[in-house]
Amino acid sequence: MMKPGDEAKEAKALAMAEFECDNIETLSNAPGGAVKSDKPRIGDTEMITHHDQELSLLKDKLLTMASMTEASITQAVKALIERDDEMARQVKSQDDQIDRLEIEMDEMAIMLLSKAPLARDLRFIIVAMKISHDLERSGDEAWAIAKRAIKLNQEPQLKPYVDIPRMATMALDMIRCALEAFVNRESKELARTVLQRDEEVNSLYKQLQRELVSYMLESPPNITRCLHLMQVAKRIERIADHATNIAEEVIYLHEGQDVRHRQS
Amino acid sequence: MPEPTNALIETRDLRLYYGSTLALKGVNIDIPEKKVTAFIGPSGCGKSTLLRCYNRMNDLIDSVRIEGSIKIAGQDINSKDVDVIELRKQVGMVFQKSNPFPKSIYENVAYAPRLHGTRNKGDLDAIVEESLRGAALWDEVKDRLGSSAMGLSGGQQQRLCIARAIAIKPQILLMDEPASALDPIATARIEELVQELKTNYTIVIVTHNMQQATRISDCTAFFYLGEMVEFDSTKKIFTNPSKQQTEDYVTGRFG
Repeated sequence: MMKPGDEAKEAKALAMAEFECDNIETLSNAPGGAVKSDKPRIGDTEMITHHDQELSLLKDKLLTMASMTEASITQAVKALIERDDEMARQVKSQDDQIDRLEIEMDEMAIMLLSKAPLARDLRFIIVAMKISHDLERSGDEAWAIAKRAIKLNQEPQLKPYVDIPRMATMALDMIRCALEAFVNRESKELARTVLQRDEEVNSLYKQLQRELVSYMLESPPNITRCLHLMQVAKRIERIADHATNIAEEVIYLHEGQDVRHRQS
Repeated sequence: MPEPTNALIETRDLRLYYGSTLALKGVNIDIPEKKVTAFIGPSGCGKSTLLRCYNRMNDLIDSVRIEGSIKIAGQDINSKDVDVIELRKQVGMVFQKSNPFPKSIYENVAYAPRLHGTRNKGDLDAIVEESLRGAALWDEVKDRLGSSAMGLSGGQQQRLCIARAIAIKPQILLMDEPASALDPIATARIEELVQELKTNYTIVIVTHNMQQATRISDCTAFFYLGEMVEFDSTKKIFTNPSKQQTEDYVTGRFG
């Protein structure tokens, strides 16, 4: 076990610096605007209809939700690394807001679906609903991580956190790429890269599991903290799964192709 | 393309001129047997014109000239030795505006079978009942078969026209916006009827109502400016069409 000494502090600072470096730029405040960049090309009439505006509002709300979710995850992991209870508790209020946004998203989507949209519009609304669900779940995972952080902060740090911030960085980047692909049809290939990266997060998770088991075998007093950390890692791995779902939904949106549950 | 089924109507490089105007610019489409095929597209795209080619209704317009071929069950319908009356017996048509004859309900349905040689009263009675049942109208009119068809409601008149069309047991039913002048309930009845009829008939329906096409058709063809832009399963056309033009039309962004 490592005492909270200079060495640990240094490691912590290092981990945080790396994590922040990757995540400090919050997040896909991608430009709003119309849902699709490619306006109708035929019939010479370029229309921006009331319908387009409503779809655009749905998209904006989803992006707000996404940026809050990303912020939540970033804060939860930061609260763990910096041992900051106050920051951990902020995640809770943010999560409540995300939950409200999910309900608003559903209400908007149902209103839009009642107008019997077709083709791209139909796929867009369905996909927006599903993404909002995945974001909401990711927000829940962030709050779960924050709760574990508060518990872990009551005891000395078990070990320098290396893999956890790395996993978190990867999961966040996956969410970001999936949403970038959602916003820009041109970047739709990004969604496919997300699918591949889920494997990396999974293997990192397994590696971390093995490491924590060895800590537990080493000394029973480590067990509580190890279990908390195990949960944190599990939650991050789940976030990467949600990012993968989002990427699959985005591929469906752009290509109309269902790529779920394929053996890679 | 839709799943391979027997193509009952084979349309090959069909070009149709109204005088010097080219209204159909080389259309190729195979209409599958005993399925409902919807034709969609903005006004003036040629979908009704094509529909009318299938029972040579365009013969009635002097300025029309047709190139290319249409085969129904392998038979070229534009060839000289085709009897148009016989063709129209095989290919019935229902129009946007119901057009019952100003006769009794019974006579409307019995008219065509009698014209084609059924004289026996018992046979005619049976045909009238069967056709009216087939058009889901029998229960509403069985007690007043002798009264004028003009006294029926719009939806009933349209179903009477369908009964009249199926009285001579055609292979194919062409429907040109059959429900566009009807209220939602009468529309639902017609749509329900189309579903029942497709077990026995090949149906081609022109509609401006996209949701109607999704509800009742198996395949959908999208037409634009005299060309067939895309033909595929209805599911594909309305959830993930291949062509941008189709996408823009079905999402209501032009047309």
